[in-house]
Amino acid sequence: MNINNPIRKAMRDGYGEAIVELAKRNKDIVALTGDLAGSLKLDEFKLRFPDRFFEIGIAEQNMMGIAAGLASTGKIPFVSSFAMFVAGRSWEQLRTAVCYANFNVKIIGSHAGLSNSRDGASHQNLEDFAALRAIPNLIIIAPCDYNETKKAVHEAARIKGPVYIRFNRSETPILTEEKGRFRVGRAETLREGNDLAIISCGAMVYESLVAAQELAKKGIHARVINMHTIKPIDKEAIILAAKETKKIVTVEEHQVNGGLGGAVAEVLSQNSPARLKIIGVKDRFGQSGALGDVMKEYGLTSESIIKEIHDFYWK
Amino acid sequence: MKISEKTIKRLEETARTIRQDVIKMVTQAESGHPGGSLSETDMITALFFNVMRHKPKNPQWEKRDRYVQSKGHSCEALYSAMARCGYFPTSELNTFRQIRSRLQGHPSRADLPMIEASTGSLGQGLSIAIGMALGLRISDIRSRVYCMIGDGELDEGQVWEAAMSAAHYELDNLCAIIDNNGLQIDGWNEEIMNTAPLPDKFRAFGWHVIEIDGHDMSEILGAFHDAERMKDKPTVIIAETMKGKGVKFMENKVEWHGKAPTKEQAVIALRELNG
Repeated sequence: MNINNPIRKAMRDGYGEAIVELAKRNKDIVALTGDLAGSLKLDEFKLRFPDRFFEIGIAEQNMMGIAAGLASTGKIPFVSSFAMFVAGRSWEQLRTAVCYANFNVKIIGSHAGLSNSRDGASHQNLEDFAALRAIPNLIIIAPCDYNETKKAVHEAARIKGPVYIRFNRSETPILTEEKGRFRVGRAETLREGNDLAIISCGAMVYESLVAAQELAKKGIHARVINMHTIKPIDKEAIILAAKETKKIVTVEEHQVNGGLGGAVAEVLSQNSPARLKIIGVKDRFGQSGALGDVMKEYGLTSESIIKEIHDFYWK
Repeated sequence: MKISEKTIKRLEETARTIRQDVIKMVTQAESGHPGGSLSETDMITALFFNVMRHKPKNPQWEKRDRYVQSKGHSCEALYSAMARCGYFPTSELNTFRQIRSRLQGHPSRADLPMIEASTGSLGQGLSIAIGMALGLRISDIRSRVYCMIGDGELDEGQVWEAAMSAAHYELDNLCAIIDNNGLQIDGWNEEIMNTAPLPDKFRAFGWHVIEIDGHDMSEILGAFHDAERMKDKPTVIIAETMKGKGVKFMENKVEWHGKAPTKEQAVIALRELNG
């Protein structure tokens, strides 16, 4: 990967391609959406597998229940909508109808974080990790790029049980390889360093890598860990990083409360206390704007991350 | 359809046994939902002992008809019917609502896998039943899906989302039953939230509507038979029922929605149900 001039591709394209690949091999794969087939890149699936595509209309609670019923007949439903609606509007249906019964349903939340920038706060989900992390049986994945999204979707289909995958709307840099297996719950170190460790997920992994590159020029060597699985979180990678670097920074496109930073804090405080800085949206709602302007406003650019890490490191 | 007197009698006797189990279970558990269990008992009896194709010794049989208890709180009658069919020993009914029991206060599929869905949060069952009906259809399995819905839970918007989608997908393998006992926790439906006129609403949503006396076994069987012949439309059986049916001091009394009788009251109730 060329970090300074990366190839960009949307993670949701990865989803749309992966589910078609899956459906070709496995007749039990079915897809549901609530009037967002185009946004979720399901057009090809819809065309090739019309009998296995279910348009439910703008009714996410019903959609989640229908997915539970489909799973009970042996199907592997992919419930696809914006992260805000699929993780928010139908939270209780996900909890009780799907996760409590441990049904084999995959929940796909697109347009997560601030990426749906022009639409504003009603359509931007900065709370899904916090809202879903407390639900037993549910695996939560936030891939960092197009390739990883494809792999995560394939891996999710192999798992028997509920899996939530959240990703961005926008075209984001490709950081990971096309080949190789995605391992749920196993973080990946993308850059070595022992002065501090940046633990990140989703599109923030790229910003973290750029930040680490710049920090190295100032003599701060940061390890960058791609924590693509939010639950179950890779405790070992966190504890090891804490022991070897003593300082941990988390970066996420999510509220600072209850998300990746919260999950890392739970591991650190109970196993290997270390200084921790949580970078994310500081208990505010999002707003409309050009993507770059919104990310800047909420401090989720490499420049902001560098500044925050600098202050944290020398404090 | 001609149903023999003998069949009707046998089903009525089974319903009487299930009602007794309901009283015993809630008394033992010192909690539960006798009112709604007693109002739905006759329909559950008809389904499990006559209408549905299922194999209690092989609960995961692919071609079985499915039953979803959307009004999950009234699971006493369901657990009793399942035990009496042979899904699990009747002695297990004593564990209802006790620690580490498979018979949770509301149905839990993870605990009791022969239960088709985890329900109890009202308004969710019909959507799950629709998913089953769609899944069976695309698998070319001609089983039917039955869903027991409480009249109170019709307040939930999700039920109407589901009602729309069942008609949209022309799910003639789906049959919903509304246990229309008229009462919910805080009082009469029409005072809490008026859902009338139910038959008109369901017709307007594209459903085949059958109205019956939910305590008349021959009407119940006739309705299920009628539903089975319907093409391209889901059927809803709106069953007029009485909360607490069969136990005089519970009948039409809202306070017996979610309360167990004392041991003394249980003796009176069981004596009455013994005939």
